[in-house]
Amino acid sequence: MSVSLTASLKKLGIFLAASVAVFVVFTLLISTGVINAYYKRILMTICINIILALSTNLIINFTGQLTLGHSAFMAIGAYAAAAISLKTGLPFVLSLIFGGLVAGLFGFLIGLPTLRLKGDYLAITTMGFCQIIVVAIQNIPQLGGAQGLPGIPGKTTFAWVFFCMILTILVLHNVVSSKQGRAMISVREDEIAAEAMGVNTTRYKVMAFTLGAFFAGLAGGLYAFLMMFIEPTTFNYFKSIDLVIYVVLGGAGNFAGCIASTSILTFLPEALRAFGDLRLVIYPLLLIIIMILRVKNIRVMRLVKMIGRHKGGKEGDSHAAA
Amino acid sequence: MSLVEFLQQLINGLSLGSVYALIALGYTMVYGIIGLINFAHCDVYMVGAYIGYFVATDLHLPFVPTLLVAMLGTAIAGVLIERIAYKPLRRSTNISLLITAIGVSLLLENGFNWLFGGNPRTYPHDILQQSNVELGPVHSDTLHLIILGTSLLLMILLQVVIYRTKIGKAMRATSTDKDAAELMGINVDTTISATFAIGSALAGAAGVLVAILYSSIDPYMGIQPGIKAFTAAVFGGIGLIPGAFVGGIILGVIETFVTAWYSQLSGAIGFIVLIIILIIKPSGLLGKKVSEKV
Amino acid sequence: MPLLDIQNISIRFGGLTAVADFSLTMGDHDIYGLIGPNGAGKTTVFNMLTGVYTPTSGTMTFDGESIVGLKPYNITKKKIARTFQNIRLMKNLSVLDNVKISFIYQEKYGLTSAILRLPSFFHEEEDVQKKSLELLKVFHLDDKKDEMAANLPYGEQRRLEIARALATQPKLLLLDEPAAGMNPQETQELTELIRWIRKTFKISILLIEHDMRLVMSVCEKIVVLDYGKIIARGTPDEIKANPKVIEAYLGEEAAHA
Repeated sequence: MSVSLTASLKKLGIFLAASVAVFVVFTLLISTGVINAYYKRILMTICINIILALSTNLIINFTGQLTLGHSAFMAIGAYAAAAISLKTGLPFVLSLIFGGLVAGLFGFLIGLPTLRLKGDYLAITTMGFCQIIVVAIQNIPQLGGAQGLPGIPGKTTFAWVFFCMILTILVLHNVVSSKQGRAMISVREDEIAAEAMGVNTTRYKVMAFTLGAFFAGLAGGLYAFLMMFIEPTTFNYFKSIDLVIYVVLGGAGNFAGCIASTSILTFLPEALRAFGDLRLVIYPLLLIIIMILRVKNIRVMRLVKMIGRHKGGKEGDSHAAA
Repeated sequence: MSLVEFLQQLINGLSLGSVYALIALGYTMVYGIIGLINFAHCDVYMVGAYIGYFVATDLHLPFVPTLLVAMLGTAIAGVLIERIAYKPLRRSTNISLLITAIGVSLLLENGFNWLFGGNPRTYPHDILQQSNVELGPVHSDTLHLIILGTSLLLMILLQVVIYRTKIGKAMRATSTDKDAAELMGINVDTTISATFAIGSALAGAAGVLVAILYSSIDPYMGIQPGIKAFTAAVFGGIGLIPGAFVGGIILGVIETFVTAWYSQLSGAIGFIVLIIILIIKPSGLLGKKVSEKV
Repeated sequence: MPLLDIQNISIRFGGLTAVADFSLTMGDHDIYGLIGPNGAGKTTVFNMLTGVYTPTSGTMTFDGESIVGLKPYNITKKKIARTFQNIRLMKNLSVLDNVKISFIYQEKYGLTSAILRLPSFFHEEEDVQKKSLELLKVFHLDDKKDEMAANLPYGEQRRLEIARALATQPKLLLLDEPAAGMNPQETQELTELIRWIRKTFKISILLIEHDMRLVMSVCEKIVVLDYGKIIARGTPDEIKANPKVIEAYLGEEAAHA
């Protein structure tokens, strides 16, 4: 991890240049029709899902807190952004930020009592909160209730989702490579030892949860202004489970892996569309096979490593987390 | 609410709760032995209902044989799921196992949807004759009472298996310490399979009972009761068999009363109760506080 | 004024009294030993001192302030640090990152500064990097700074745990069986390390240890715990001669020696 200003600026410059290049390429492909409207929509969904996955990643892989209710914050962000825009005519970007902030606030309020729980208890409680929020929205007529909320202006463009995604990557990268991120990782590794070294673990768990909720809310806002119609059941815990799958397949605490797995798994159901209803069978089947192969694969990798170490001595194997 | 109404609702609540308890037992047994939230368990319940459906409609078997065939079928399904999908991942992280379980769950739901279609099927109504029962001024029906009775009977049987048989002893030993049990000559693989078989058979029985009660089945019927049963297991203290029983009964009763009062809440009530309990007592109703040794 | 002043602390778990009426005062630069048979309550004393458990009764003051009821991380901020009986390193993190964890509470920059990479972020992070490397250097771990903690040999893991505890800048260091699992050679090195730490860092050390040679040679005073009660205290020579200690604990040990 580099801590010097110049190295950091250089990395930032390269990253931004690469992002702009990727953006230009995609924009060209879209404007020339190589990527048609249908695939463009999938592309935008991928960007939104990446924001969601990275925010989940902060909570699950970096801080080690298994949440099965992260989509609740997406719901809160989507409804908050859409509602304020419809009721007050607040500009798009401010509505997005508002959605993120409301979601963050809920993240803080929900995180404070629940993050005392550990492991599976935390998982089921967050899942419960997710369900409660979905049911609550269904019972608020001002938000359209169970029928959903129509008439949201279609303001989300490819540029918006793409650069919001870039912003998310930058912010979360900076967080995990700071003392805050180190504190979160120490919570994941050993809470008791972390506390003994002066880390207020509750504070950093809640911080991760709140930040994660903010970005999920932002993604929710983007989603609302993309779909122009939202309904509560879209955000039930199945969506949260999708997010957990993205980050687990992405590998522990790995940004690039998380982005890759999210892209592939968002696209996969579309690629399987030709199979009709059967794709709903193929998808989970692939998931199980991938999980089993993943375990075998890790063993193979370890074996290769061990042999390599015996033969060629140790080589500088740096980089732990982040 | 009058006393008579209260008692009627209480019977309904107890019979619903006893079904939750049957499903919750499978969750809690599997969790106790391999530390996995078996997401696919609620779909084993659905599989039980489907087996019961085919046995009752195609073979025209009466209630008791139908129930037994369904239990046998789900026991085999449970063992197969464990052997094929979970066993290769037994030594890996909890979360990988959890995701595999989610995969199996989706596979069963979508697979049944693909095979048998998504439209609800109507259960044969002649499998159990429904008639009213009058207990003094309280009206109930045979169905609720049979469900309650069957569930209680199965749970008593489970207690006997766990505390009076060799395999029960092996299950208790394995859930306490898998490695030590193995060193003592217990075949851990067989024991885990037995746990899945028993837990799945109970869920299969619950599937048939509920399908008769609501007389309708579909591939996604397991999701709602599955969540509630799991909630019941956590509520009572996951890993504890009496906890699943108590949690299931209490949850069923609370749900029946709250739904009678405000039906919109039925989807969230289980969770609200759960969250309140967990925040007050983080290890569940009957769970002991286990703090990590420092 | 003593650095640490413990008066009559007791703790009960249900009906069991794990530690009863434990008292101890330590000044600056003292090295004390806490010994006793297994299950005597030694680690429980550490756990009360570091806020893992709250004593049922009694007072504990450190540097003139009461530390009863404080959370573990707040006790660390009051300058008490510890190691663990069963090494608790962050196994998947590098050696360097393990030490950096201890600086988190000493760094002042906020989340905004971290996200926007304001100058305070770079200043403090560079400072922490430097201090961590210096500390690793004196513990001869600097050439392994990028190695995963789990891959270190046992003796080095123990050393890293001590380095990590020292990085919190303590005035009192609690070592819980630092020689456990070490061979005589490593134990000898550890003895010197402990003396050296006291001299270099000018701190007090309280040591739980079963290795009698280590305790007797390094500690100025020793407290003996048996069944949660103090049965003797004094200099190593007094302890060696105390018949109660020999009976309760040293009996078999002394016979071997």
